[in-house]
Amino acid sequence: MIPAPFDYHRAGSLEEAIGLLSRYKADAKLLSGGMSLLPTLKLRLGSFGHLVDISRIASLEYIKEEKGMVRIGAGTRQCTLERSELIRSKYGVLADAVPLIADPLVRNRGTIGGNVANGDPANDEPAIIIALGAELVARGPKGERSIPANRFYKDLFVTDLKADEILVELRIPVPPPRSGSAYRKLKRKTGDFAVAAVAVQLTLDAKGAVERAGIALTNAAPTPIEAVEASKFLAGKTPSEDVIAKASRLAADAGAPSADRRGSVEYKREMARVLAARALRAALERAGGK
Amino acid sequence: MAKHKISVTVNGAAREAEVESRLLLVHLIREVFRLTGTHVGCDTSHCGVCTVLLDGQPVKSCTVLAVQADGCSVATVEGLEQGGKLHAVQEAFTEKHALQCGFCTPGMLMTTSALLERNKSPSEQQIREAISGNLCRCTGYLNIVKAVQYAAEKMHG
Repeated sequence: MIPAPFDYHRAGSLEEAIGLLSRYKADAKLLSGGMSLLPTLKLRLGSFGHLVDISRIASLEYIKEEKGMVRIGAGTRQCTLERSELIRSKYGVLADAVPLIADPLVRNRGTIGGNVANGDPANDEPAIIIALGAELVARGPKGERSIPANRFYKDLFVTDLKADEILVELRIPVPPPRSGSAYRKLKRKTGDFAVAAVAVQLTLDAKGAVERAGIALTNAAPTPIEAVEASKFLAGKTPSEDVIAKASRLAADAGAPSADRRGSVEYKREMARVLAARALRAALERAGGK
Repeated sequence: MAKHKISVTVNGAAREAEVESRLLLVHLIREVFRLTGTHVGCDTSHCGVCTVLLDGQPVKSCTVLAVQADGCSVATVEGLEQGGKLHAVQEAFTEKHALQCGFCTPGMLMTTSALLERNKSPSEQQIREAISGNLCRCTGYLNIVKAVQYAAEKMHG
């Protein structure tokens, strides 16, 4: 399969890339890892007059801890995240999820920025950054702005990014002591998107009650879904099997999955409930709770 | 649509080509450079038969643009053999009967040769994970895993 014709531009810097986006607007598309974009072009599900390749901009690839935040450059490849000790030690939810994204060859090219900015609710990292309370940094002609992850997704493949903006960085708060996070995903086979998946981050107080709970669902609606009611319910509660059962039901109810070849609505909702309970238990254990 | 002049090091040799933006790396390799050892399978980045090494890393060449390889090194299955001597993974696949129809073999060889560069003695689990983006529909994975273990021993003792 061959994509429809387009012009290719290799941006040497962010400024050059933003300039190209400003010039071509809706007819331009950013190319980073290309692991979603190229299949889209080849299958002719979409076409663009101009591809702006930002994958050679080395300044977009980094993972560093600074002032209570871990800052991840949007061009950081999945294989780099997978091998990062900083990620493994702080974000169990990412360490769980990254090895489950597509397959190793795809992870050698695919980037976290692409996974997050594509706006595909089947991607795993959107729900994760929502659960972690991350901020997304976008740069455009007028400078930078920061967008909370839970306000970034507007609709299927529609995000808060403007046509001339580039997602440049993800800022994830360093979890306080007594925090733990986990990702649980059901997929039919390697490389497939999730039937259902749930990201959880918990912080406990000194007595073992929940201080903050971040919960979000993958592939359960046209956008990643923040399970707000489940988080509210958990706040202040001392986790028990009953509490987890109620919270996971509330989490599953936050989704609005549609039936497809991965299953019926009922099945997907039930799987979201089971996975939420498993993710909650795993996060709790990692937070040092019982 | 403008064409792009690109320079690529293919199996150690400097090559140049003038390509359309939309030309895929796998077609550059097969149709321009006439190296047909790299196969086209699913053409949707699932099966991995088109796997080549781009700057040493295994990637699916059906899902990379040729122009993206400009200035990079590309290694294909034709480059594994050196001076008439098969690469350890090629020898191991023969020795352990790790192929039947052979269609997936070029991709398997590239992925597993890259694995053994990075990890001198991978566990069975690590081998299975490494080849999880390469599908084999006839041999099954048992002998492929055995071959990689055999190659690891040959290469690194």
